[in-house]
Amino acid sequence: MTGNRIPRAAPGRRAAPRLSAGAHRTSLPRYAARRLALGFAQVVAVTALVFALTEALPGDAAVVLAGDAPDPARIERIREELGLDRPAPARYADWLLGLLHGDLGASLTAGRPVTGFLADAAGPTVQLAAVTLLLLVPLAVAAGVVAALREGRLLDRTLTAAGVALYSVPEFALAVVLVALFALRLGWFPPTAVGVGTNLFAQPAVLVLPLLALLARPICSISRLVRAGMVDALGSEYVRHARRLGLSGRRVTLAHALPNAVAPAAQQLARTTDWLLGGVITVEAVFVIPGLGTSLMSAVSARDIPVIQGLALVFAVTTVVVNLLADVVAFRLAPRAGGTA
Amino acid sequence: MHSLNRRGFLGTAAGLSAALLAGCGTGPAPGTAATGGPRKGGRLRAAFAGGGAQETLDPHLSNLFVEASRSKALFDKLADYGPDLSVLPRLAESWEPSADLTRWRVTLREATFHDGRPVRADDVLYSYARIADPARAFRAKTTLAVIDLAASRAVGERAVEFALRRPFAEFPNILAAFGVFVVPEGVEDFTRPVGSGPFCFGSFEPGCSLLLRRNADYWEGAPHLDELQYLIANEEPARVNALLGGQADYAHDITATTARTYRGNDRLAVTRLTNSGMQAFAMKLDRPPFDDRNLREAVFLLADREQLVETVLAGAGQVGNDLFGRGYQYYAEEIPQRAHDLEKAKWLVDKAGARGLKVRLDTSAAAGGFVESASVFADQMRQAGFDVEVAVGDKDTYWKDVLDRGSLCCFRSGAMPIESHFAQRLLTPSTTNITKWRRPEFDALYAKAVSLADERARRDVYAEMQRMQHAEGGYLVWGFADWLVATRPGVGGVVDAPANTLDWARFDKVWLA
Repeated sequence: MTGNRIPRAAPGRRAAPRLSAGAHRTSLPRYAARRLALGFAQVVAVTALVFALTEALPGDAAVVLAGDAPDPARIERIREELGLDRPAPARYADWLLGLLHGDLGASLTAGRPVTGFLADAAGPTVQLAAVTLLLLVPLAVAAGVVAALREGRLLDRTLTAAGVALYSVPEFALAVVLVALFALRLGWFPPTAVGVGTNLFAQPAVLVLPLLALLARPICSISRLVRAGMVDALGSEYVRHARRLGLSGRRVTLAHALPNAVAPAAQQLARTTDWLLGGVITVEAVFVIPGLGTSLMSAVSARDIPVIQGLALVFAVTTVVVNLLADVVAFRLAPRAGGTA
Repeated sequence: MHSLNRRGFLGTAAGLSAALLAGCGTGPAPGTAATGGPRKGGRLRAAFAGGGAQETLDPHLSNLFVEASRSKALFDKLADYGPDLSVLPRLAESWEPSADLTRWRVTLREATFHDGRPVRADDVLYSYARIADPARAFRAKTTLAVIDLAASRAVGERAVEFALRRPFAEFPNILAAFGVFVVPEGVEDFTRPVGSGPFCFGSFEPGCSLLLRRNADYWEGAPHLDELQYLIANEEPARVNALLGGQADYAHDITATTARTYRGNDRLAVTRLTNSGMQAFAMKLDRPPFDDRNLREAVFLLADREQLVETVLAGAGQVGNDLFGRGYQYYAEEIPQRAHDLEKAKWLVDKAGARGLKVRLDTSAAAGGFVESASVFADQMRQAGFDVEVAVGDKDTYWKDVLDRGSLCCFRSGAMPIESHFAQRLLTPSTTNITKWRRPEFDALYAKAVSLADERARRDVYAEMQRMQHAEGGYLVWGFADWLVATRPGVGGVVDAPANTLDWARFDKVWLA
């Protein structure tokens, strides 16, 4: 990148991403392929680690199933029934082998296929995450841009103060307050999603309070990043140059400054997406949403290894894919951000 | 049977909701259950803690409270427990032992499964054989061990002659035991269960909801409700919120704090399930320090039971007398209540040379109130001179962990007949003998009692066994907890019955006004 060319969100211009070695220039597809290979290795490593950690937990599914009637002979019998009497490495190898055939096995305690569990639990989590993100991105970007354009003025200071205050409230505490106020006191929204089942869209009103609880903190963190990026961009040489060329204020802001300002926020957005897709257990618990977080909690309680493994696989793949997407998006928005300019 | 206890995590939530709700009650009228007679129709939504997607509808696998309640809605046992744990006939119309108590003829009442087939002797024999299958591990398997199923037989369609391995006067206890439900012959798949219970299967989403429909042909008369829906909400505040928000009509297992908070509120009525759970500490008798009878005596005397009931149960319960089953059939009411005597306890501790002795008290969140009771009791023990360390273990594996390890732990039990408590926990071969009480003379008394056909004679032997336990046993039974359920105003027919008994979490007699 030389001269006074104005960087903007245009495909075609390429620079070496930061992650590539030295000055060697890498194309986006090659970069993505390498990241995918690395991601695959990470996913396998995560499942091995999760398996080992679950094994390291005290007790196993047989002990949990025996509950308050821990007759040792019965526990041994359950262990045999569940195949838990076989050595752990053999069980992990079986699991990996099954995975190659697309078979995630069956729940130790319920006997149902793990894929069914995952599909059921992913429904509410994905629905909630999707709606949260749909609202989060425009709201956070708008708040960040507005604050940057009014830098140092009352509106900026107000947004900053409100953001810091809101950010310091954990989502679970916020959820409890929201329920007490808007559901129990005012009766505007249902307090929980009890009885709605795995399709939350069947009763959209149950989404409102969980959405508010989930949106609060990410809006603050992402709008702060957008604001900072925007302040930098608006003060930069290329924006001043664009203004000198006579481009309209709005065009400079939205087409030239904004993409550069949003790039750093993309990483934070990826982290938020990952967090949402993991099923935010505190929010799920308060609102009784049968999502992935709740599933993981009951699977760990039951020491139901195949289900835990399936969930770990989903979480690991989500993390790898979301972060890869974020890098690619950041790269496209602002090639310079990772480039050699 | 155990409840998943996830109460602690959102403990603060209830208080906050309550604070914000204060003043919502519109008048002084306390929330009370519906008045007036039963009304037909409607759907009752009952919220319970659940087991997530791991839940099953196989009645022989029932473990959680919600599973036990569902099983009794869909299926029947031959008999069940009344409020004092005496046995009431259900699918069995009557039973008759042989003179030597080794053969029992059970006559079935006329009843049908939901698909219209009659309940036959062969269904009973199949169900019992399934539970007792040596290759499997159903919870009630050891309970059925006394039955020689190979020698038992059907007598026509509607009578079963059970052959026992030894004389057993308490055989009806087995017919009523936890999880011993009758399923149709040959059934292994319970994804769409067919039973003989008051409700028929509708639809099931494990970990979320089970919808049942009224069985108009139920042998005891059709339920008042058209539909019954079980909903899962693991956290107690969430169950209460669902009730207050109109999303549920019945919330199982609410805390005494919640009950107190909403006293006088017209949005919620509380029914007390008196005497639902025994609360205890278990000392192991086969190892130091509690192999010393003086030290056990000291621990019994230093316990301030009133304080435990007041703080741990928030007053919702009664003081215990170191014996299981207060208020149950055969309970030795005549044994005097142990009183708090700290001075004597101190003297006994000194006499045993145990002042400053390090003792570990095992506890976990496996049951509500355990951790609190351990912390209160540790203080009481310190006052008598013990150096107590409270060890909080893993809640999921607690029962296995404390069965053989440690010397002192928190313990609790749901309702069961006193004979079952002896058989499961206090005989030399008992598989869950947590106090390691192994006395040949006690075993002999048990064998004698269960071979006596005369109830009064049996009562005398049971009383003798309870005296031994009271004097030298390892259970410090400090209280009996009342459990609480909350209902919306307008729900009628919810009765005070100890958990695990027939009328507990039973919905065919419940109605919506």
